[in-house]
Amino acid sequence: MTTLAVTTVDLARAQFATTSLYHFLFVPLTLGLTPLVAIMQTAWYRTGVDAWLRLTKFFGALLLINFAIGVATGLVQEFQFGMNWSVYSAYVGGVFGAPLAIEGLAAFFLEATFLGLWIFGWDRLSARVHLATIWLVAAGTWMSGYFILVANSWMQHPVGSTVRNGEAQLTNVWDLLTSRFAIYAFTHTMFVGVTTGALVVLGVSCWHLARGRNVDVFRRAAALALIVAVPATIGNMIVGSSFATASTDYQPMKIAAAEALWNTEQPASFSLFQIGGFSVDDQKPSFDIEVPHLLSILATGTWSGKVEGLNPLQQQEQGQFGPGNYMPPVEPAYWGMRVMAYLGALMVLVALAGAWLYRTKRLERARWFLWTAVVATAFPFVAAMAGWVLTEMGRQPWIVWGLLKTSEANSPNVSSTTLGISLGVFFLLYGTLAVVDVVLMRRFARLDPPSALPSEDPPVPAMSF
Amino acid sequence: MTLATVWFCLIGFLWAGYFLLEGFDFGVGMLLPWVGRDEEDRNAMLGTIGPVWDGNEVWLVVATGATFAAFPAWYATMFSALYLALLLILVCLIVRVVSFEWRERSASPRARTAWQWANTVGSVGAPFLWGVALANLLHGLPLDDKGVFTGTFLDLFSGYTVLAGLATVLLFALHGATFLTLRTHGELGARAGAAARRLSVPAVVVVAAFLAWTVAVAVDGNERGVAGPLVPAVLGAVAVVACAVLVRSGRVGWAFVATGVAAVATVATLFTGLYPRVLVSDPGFANSLTVTGAATEHYALTVITVVGAVLLPVVLLYQGWTYHVLRARLAGGG
Repeated sequence: MTTLAVTTVDLARAQFATTSLYHFLFVPLTLGLTPLVAIMQTAWYRTGVDAWLRLTKFFGALLLINFAIGVATGLVQEFQFGMNWSVYSAYVGGVFGAPLAIEGLAAFFLEATFLGLWIFGWDRLSARVHLATIWLVAAGTWMSGYFILVANSWMQHPVGSTVRNGEAQLTNVWDLLTSRFAIYAFTHTMFVGVTTGALVVLGVSCWHLARGRNVDVFRRAAALALIVAVPATIGNMIVGSSFATASTDYQPMKIAAAEALWNTEQPASFSLFQIGGFSVDDQKPSFDIEVPHLLSILATGTWSGKVEGLNPLQQQEQGQFGPGNYMPPVEPAYWGMRVMAYLGALMVLVALAGAWLYRTKRLERARWFLWTAVVATAFPFVAAMAGWVLTEMGRQPWIVWGLLKTSEANSPNVSSTTLGISLGVFFLLYGTLAVVDVVLMRRFARLDPPSALPSEDPPVPAMSF
Repeated sequence: MTLATVWFCLIGFLWAGYFLLEGFDFGVGMLLPWVGRDEEDRNAMLGTIGPVWDGNEVWLVVATGATFAAFPAWYATMFSALYLALLLILVCLIVRVVSFEWRERSASPRARTAWQWANTVGSVGAPFLWGVALANLLHGLPLDDKGVFTGTFLDLFSGYTVLAGLATVLLFALHGATFLTLRTHGELGARAGAAARRLSVPAVVVVAAFLAWTVAVAVDGNERGVAGPLVPAVLGAVAVVACAVLVRSGRVGWAFVATGVAAVATVATLFTGLYPRVLVSDPGFANSLTVTGAATEHYALTVITVVGAVLLPVVLLYQGWTYHVLRARLAGGG
């Protein structure tokens, strides 16, 4: 009986992890590319330069291909709390449901309605109103990000609520919406989005520059991408590291796991790389490279601050919550943190190198950089996945930190057979979608940007009155 | 009226909005292979809903989110009980969502045809299953005393719930046909009108039968007085009959209004039949979830009420404005 229960929770977790990570492949690009396309269209509106209109339509096509799959996989997110996690849903709905409902009302209607108008409104709206529609879409995507991160942050650090009659109840919506954790998560995610958008625009532009195609058009796009990427990648590192410091206050266990820090250290050194040392029975790595004091600085913001280890925290939480294992899986948290941080640093280098080459007018000739930029389009996606692995696995064994355990939150009536079927369906469906998406994105990323003439605008069907 | 009742009505309103709006775009998707003769026809047909289907689908997402926020227990039991049906709905909706953009972007005729069929299959499958799913809320699902579903996937299918699925599909097909008649012209518009005329007869029979059966289920199975569900049921039945007459006299605008009224009245019949419960348990009627029992606490309800009162009118305004901007008729090929 026990083993069966474990299996259904595991399957439900596997499904949530795969569908959420998959969904989040498309989200940051939408968050970043929408405002970039809006900026391109604004540049065209202000200057009348054809190149900006062509870029708007070119990157607009990539945005739409990506947006479609983001919307489609987002539906699954909205449904699967209730489908797979009915105990969780009944327990948290009074708090967690509110930001979800508000997200729909405030953000989804806005982005969906105005995206439709943007696609089909080129020759039916005045240039100014049409420009407003893409900015409203951008506002919608960012609002959506805010509300869903408020909901997720409440799972990490429950505020503005209390537990009554065995269910979480909202007591102060203001505390929920302005939770320090949520503000950090939102800021970090928006920087991630902008970074993703900028690096994709940069990578695609550099591909065209490397081929010597449409150089005059894509030089502008590369410049815009670099102007955005430099502050975005640097800001992201700063926000990300202060987010980690803040998380140490709320989820010391997560930070200890992310550093594979078994015993409390003062000062604490940062492990750059290690082999072994990831489990209770094997706490000492067989090989590691450490930087003294660095973890103290990152986690506490002081030179010699104390960072608590997994073992004492485990004892402490057992005292607080009763017997049980309160340590999250250490290895995925450790590597999640490192993949995210190292790629984050690499992206800063790419942005700085590109900006310097552009300033010294050597960008188009620096072939090594053009191809690096093409490869670097993958970095923000991988880093974002790694970040979510850290965030969500680092929260275990809790589904809502300190209130409800993941192992007690799944739907009791959903059998492992049912879960197996749905997991299989999602693998097949999402796999197919990924292939088609990549094929289409590649094809459209390699096309020449559409002409500025409105008659060649593909999405508008034949019109007559 | 308590806030919980307000939210029950509001969720009914959101479902009605979903049926009214996505109803016709599902209908257009269903009719693609039959009303559209060539690529240009199908481009024009999809062009009528291209700008609006995504906004229409948000009504469903918001109905779901509102249920989660206002009635956590209802959301939890309904979504876990309807598991496999919802999985199928998700597959239908996902392939349909991507088909719009990806058909447009596909170069080969084969890929375009494949995405067109993905749209059509999704447009038939999702409404059928939503009909089955919503009818089950009233018809009853086996729940234990903790509100946990104890049945299987096959328990979702009975004569009544399958009829609900068929009625939803036929109603949406007719709604889509009247919409197309209104939004297209030339030969395409004429074929859409012919489809509306042909569809109207089976729609009258099936929808009226479903509405009558719903009133019977509400009275017998849910201890409802007959008056509540009967009023919208009669309105719905009259609306489909009116549509059948109107499409034959060429009054396309009014025919579309009639199918819209029928879509809204169908949801209203189900929801008035359901009140004061949100999910009937059968067997074990005492385990049914009620509006009061499933509702969240007053404070959270107040918060979302304030937000909803501010935002919903704004949403209605700009969605309405979108339809106004995009009101021009489209023509097909040949």
